[in-house]
Amino acid sequence: MLKVAYFPGCSLSSTAKEYDISTRLVCEDLEIDLVEIPDWICCGATTAHITSELTAAALPAKSLVWAEKQGLNITSPCSACFSRLKMAHLHIEKDPKLKKEVEEVIGEKYNGKTEVMHLTRILIEQYGIENIKAKIKKELKGLKIACYYGCLMTRPAEVCVNDRVENPMLMDNLVKALGAEPVKWYYKTECCGAGFSLTKTEIARKLSGDILKEAKDCGADLVMVACPLCHSNLDARQPEIAKLIKTELNIPVLYFTQVLGLALGYNSMDLMLNKHFINPKPLLKAKGIL
Amino acid sequence: MKYELQLKNIAEGFRKDVENLSQQKISNCYQCGKCSAGCPVAYAMDYPPSMIMRMVQLGMHDQVMSSNTSWYCVSCETCTTRCPREIDIAKVMDTLKIMAQAGSYKLSENEIPIFDWIFLKSIELTGKIYELGLIGAYNLLSLHPLKDIYPMGLKMIIKGKINFIPHLFYNPSELIKNIRMFKLIRKKDRERIYEKNA
Repeated sequence: MLKVAYFPGCSLSSTAKEYDISTRLVCEDLEIDLVEIPDWICCGATTAHITSELTAAALPAKSLVWAEKQGLNITSPCSACFSRLKMAHLHIEKDPKLKKEVEEVIGEKYNGKTEVMHLTRILIEQYGIENIKAKIKKELKGLKIACYYGCLMTRPAEVCVNDRVENPMLMDNLVKALGAEPVKWYYKTECCGAGFSLTKTEIARKLSGDILKEAKDCGADLVMVACPLCHSNLDARQPEIAKLIKTELNIPVLYFTQVLGLALGYNSMDLMLNKHFINPKPLLKAKGIL
Repeated sequence: MKYELQLKNIAEGFRKDVENLSQQKISNCYQCGKCSAGCPVAYAMDYPPSMIMRMVQLGMHDQVMSSNTSWYCVSCETCTTRCPREIDIAKVMDTLKIMAQAGSYKLSENEIPIFDWIFLKSIELTGKIYELGLIGAYNLLSLHPLKDIYPMGLKMIIKGKINFIPHLFYNPSELIKNIRMFKLIRKKDRERIYEKNA
């Protein structure tokens, strides 16, 4: 049985509750043991690394040290948290002066034994696509899915282990295994403007609009994401974006754990599909999945 | 008018400051322009990233620090990933922001530092992000009190996506530890900037 330390991140307890619920559900079904870090603190997100290098390294280091003490690897479903945890690890390893300062600030020793992995890697690589295939109850036939990776899961190259930086295939392979069709499109790793969602909203709207338009033009029925920030930009801002670019978009945006959950036979209530701004139920009903 | 670029006219100190703080060798940049080509926000910047690199090389601190470029960097890391000279350009942008906030230059951006301050305060006091407080305080301080309230914010509340009560530490001693950690970080950061100026 796979056992791994779980860092949910702030978004997963508020704006992305459905991601947390579906993650726990799917992992329970696949018998992956998620051990939530007690009293974890925020990874600091973009804010920490644009204000102080030490804050950006010290905040994630606390969680990393806890996981290390338990002898576990650490995972986060949120791409931003994953990126911060991983980058903090890489920066501390590279810079002895920073390491000393971090240890002083958090009051604990940092050995860097814990590997940070995004949830997609835990499920698709470590658990294995073949094992997931064996558990499928309902094939997602006829569903065209655009897998959107965004920035922080794949960039920079050091965080993107075993995959191509410019054309990642991890989630596409999962989608294929679930019986759906991954769409070929060119905005897989473009930025949605997440960091600017609240401060420079016009930029976030433009970047997310480009992604949604491209997905639509390439014939996707829905967009699959693995990051709560991408989700809130693509889903919750979609009505404003549609008005802004004067195009009818209406593309549901689902978390990859929700898509996986559908294939494992869970219903829309279990996976909290009602939390999305763009209702995916009519589409899923038309395809005979719900 | 003929203008001759001479080594003695270049303010080297600025480039060295940026290089030391970011630990990146900016003089390695040979202006291929890949970073600017891939940057999703280059259209909104005063100067695209590759131009900023050149301006840092030439020590043009006033132009660099008064431009909006570093503040418009969305930290997507495309430039860093594609740079053939292996310069972490996104980190250089972070460094420029950190230098701007350290006080020796006039800030060319107000909204993001306000947002960052509230964001970090929230982590300091609750350990996590308190969204409602963050958005409320940011809207008030940035003088757009009704931004994103209707229809998005309202719909989020109806869908139960916003918590009204902040998360709190289960263990009060953790809160004290957390506040102490932030205090120590601020002290160390001041030392770092001081070291650079010395």
